[in-house]
Amino acid sequence: MIGDSSPIGDDDLQALVDDRLAPERRRLVEAWLADHPDVTARIAALCADRDALRDRLAAKAAEPIPARLRVAALKAGRRSRLARTALSAAAALTIFAAGAASDRLVVALSPRPAPMPQEASASAEASPALPARADALAGVAEVAHRTFVVEVAHPVEVEAGREAHLMQWLSKRLGRPLAAPDLAPFGWKLMGGRLLTAGTGPAAQLMYEDGAGHRLTVWIAGGEAGRTAFRFRADGATSTFAWIDDGFGFAVTAPLDRDRLLAIAEAVHHRLDRPSSPL
Amino acid sequence: MDEATETLERHIPALRRYAWALVRNADAADDLVQDCLERALSRWWLRPRGADLAPWLFTILRNLHVDRHRAGARRGPHVALDEASEPDVAAEQENGLALRDALAALDRLPEDQKSLLLLVGVEDLSYEEAARVLGVPVGTVMSRLSRGRARLRSLLETGRATLLRSVK
Repeated sequence: MIGDSSPIGDDDLQALVDDRLAPERRRLVEAWLADHPDVTARIAALCADRDALRDRLAAKAAEPIPARLRVAALKAGRRSRLARTALSAAAALTIFAAGAASDRLVVALSPRPAPMPQEASASAEASPALPARADALAGVAEVAHRTFVVEVAHPVEVEAGREAHLMQWLSKRLGRPLAAPDLAPFGWKLMGGRLLTAGTGPAAQLMYEDGAGHRLTVWIAGGEAGRTAFRFRADGATSTFAWIDDGFGFAVTAPLDRDRLLAIAEAVHHRLDRPSSPL
Repeated sequence: MDEATETLERHIPALRRYAWALVRNADAADDLVQDCLERALSRWWLRPRGADLAPWLFTILRNLHVDRHRAGARRGPHVALDEASEPDVAAEQENGLALRDALAALDRLPEDQKSLLLLVGVEDLSYEEAARVLGVPVGTVMSRLSRGRARLRSLLETGRATLLRSVK
């Protein structure tokens, strides 16, 4: 790791403990240690600690694998879960399709129709029907989120590797310049996106992933009018913020708590709600 | 047996060992391994091709562990998992006994040092692989490894952990 002639360093000593020194370097380090008996004793103690740790843990790795960790069992569980999710997504779509005709039903879909004060003050609401529209939007975005985040083979239609192409395509279909919001500061990396339909026309879904494999989606659909504050919706571990602005509906959905998602929604809003500049 | 099943099952003993050393509770450790395997299955299309899968799996498992640890810290009166065994250890110290068990001493280290001692010293990951699991540069791995080993040594020699924990 270090040129042969460089002075002995702590990293050499660690690599000696781990037996990872190149032979020539090892000779050099051992020659040095011959003149430093105290360090030699210390290294021996560190090696002994490492071996003690290995010994203490050896039994755990030698245990038979519990049945519940068999991959075949996990796969079977996963398949039935996916099927259930798909079913409930389909059911939710049906409810939503029925509800779309009736504001009452749409409102009933949203567990918390009242916006929090700080969210409500973000913008003035033009008419009482608008919040309900944003709530409905949150529901649709959430269904789309649930449908595609579990997707193994095709989570996105166009991958982030072709981001320019993806955003150009989505911009053209939605009729507004779009750029994927950069959520890297929050630890989310763009996976890609897809084109979907939302009632009256096309919608875009961008999918992000964090280091632990959680997924976040940003939903954008046209055909709206007016302007709303952030509307929050939570279902299990999944939270959604939705809002309407500039003729478009937006939503951000992720398995995060309200506060953490709010920070991201604000960043997306800040980035997206500028009609004149590309997103 | 298909490729995913075969490959993943080969890594289960090591994953269980790492998980158990992290959480020191058999059920919680296997929960962690199960979640790790499920996540690996759901992200199978993202696995590194043509490379050993161990670093990837350790990364998933560790991220799950760290997330949970953080979530626990957010939720309630803060009792970090790492310190769960503290009363016993403290009592032992009051009795004037030094920590003799390497595993008990390991419990007293901050998570990143603990993980490094396990991944490098027990699971035989290379320094580069360990750096990727922790998401830090190799230089940081070397210094944390050095610090972690020194702390473990001092714990085993003196049984004193007070100093060590304040640096976390």
